[in-house]
Amino acid sequence: MVPRPHGGRLVNRVLEGRRRELFLSEAKELPRLEVNIERAIDAEDLAKGVFSPLDGFMGREDYLSVLEEMRLQNGLPWTIPIILDAGRDELTGVREGDDILLSYGGIPIAVLTVEEIYSWDKKLHAQRVFKTTDPNHPGVEATYARKELLVGGRIELINPPPNPLERYTLWPIETRVLFKEKGWRSIVAFQTRNVPHMGHEYVQKAALTFADGILIHPLSGWKKRGDYRDEVIIAAYEALARHYYPEGVIVLSVLRMNMNYAGPREAIHHAIVRKNFGATHFIVGRDHAGVGDYYGPYEAWEIFKEFPDLGITPLFVREAYYCKKCGGMVNEKICPHSGEHRVKISGTRIREMLKRGELPPPHMMRPEVSKVILEFDNPFVE
Amino acid sequence: MAGNKVAVEISKELYEKAAKFIEENGGFKDVAELVEFLLQEAIASEDEGVELSPEDEEKVKERLRSLGYI
Repeated sequence: MVPRPHGGRLVNRVLEGRRRELFLSEAKELPRLEVNIERAIDAEDLAKGVFSPLDGFMGREDYLSVLEEMRLQNGLPWTIPIILDAGRDELTGVREGDDILLSYGGIPIAVLTVEEIYSWDKKLHAQRVFKTTDPNHPGVEATYARKELLVGGRIELINPPPNPLERYTLWPIETRVLFKEKGWRSIVAFQTRNVPHMGHEYVQKAALTFADGILIHPLSGWKKRGDYRDEVIIAAYEALARHYYPEGVIVLSVLRMNMNYAGPREAIHHAIVRKNFGATHFIVGRDHAGVGDYYGPYEAWEIFKEFPDLGITPLFVREAYYCKKCGGMVNEKICPHSGEHRVKISGTRIREMLKRGELPPPHMMRPEVSKVILEFDNPFVE
Repeated sequence: MAGNKVAVEISKELYEKAAKFIEENGGFKDVAELVEFLLQEAIASEDEGVELSPEDEEKVKERLRSLGYI
């Protein structure tokens, strides 16, 4: 059964029709806060229920509760702060209770009713969320680059920010209607920011064996240099689905959301978000949402023990490898053979081969997938 | 009955087991909250918590059709 949204209610803060017209005409008079694409994406996610039950950027109490307890003030699991930063000079004359206009590239995105303006300790934030204050961590670096004040308050979306992958983007209400239409009662969600190799396919199919369908949910939004470009990931998955999945068992859709690289905390966040999309199960990989060696390989599994009240079931799937003796993809739980027979499916190695224009061997990546990736001039974020 | 709450009876043994579970795993402030959560999980209807008029649902389906999802 498709689960209830997190907190019991799917948020919808999208302005439509006459109300939108009214807001738009009034918006010209409002103080304007120009935001970057990451915050514009957050605003759209808030308005379209991705972050249900949040319906706006966090106020101080929820923010501190998330930092310290990994829960909202009301006790509901929540691990990644959803916050809006602003410079002191940008908020001159703005008071609590005022409406302000959030714009991106000069285009009105949302109206925010200011409930609170407060300061934050970026170092504390980094330590709690990322478990490090090392500025080399991409999430910490992004935190340190943010402005000195935070603004909390509910939002109403006027215009979504530009989305080059709109054709592939489904929102929670849409996946929920889709799953209902398909008659799926158990849905596994697979988070990715990579092109699929044989290890991914193995994990997905292992989970799919016991579920009605799988939501392949690549994340689009801010990424670090060297990550695969969004359109490459989509094209690679389309090739995989076309050649190696039966029809009607996959929903391939982009999740428009920022990546934080917060390891275990982010694994919980990813699970909560997928629950809002209607998934019943969520695949948690080794070093999920990690970067470098900031997190232990299984920390993202351990943290789930602290959240028996999550409302979505995590599936902890071991890393897959090719075993020459078994003659296929396996993992250490189902293969008795020693290391000499095992071929690790290394994403890094595959990336290097693709960078050189070489096809990875078929036991690492499907040739149909490799060929599609190599058709792009530059498959990686610069 | 107090306010919009009603009382249900469960065995003492199960109650104690539930209390021990909360003590060890957290996540719930008391047994009542755990029971409410589990019941919600088990019997909530598909559309619970999702406000969507039939017209809006048709609009969503129209977009899903146009994108080839259904």
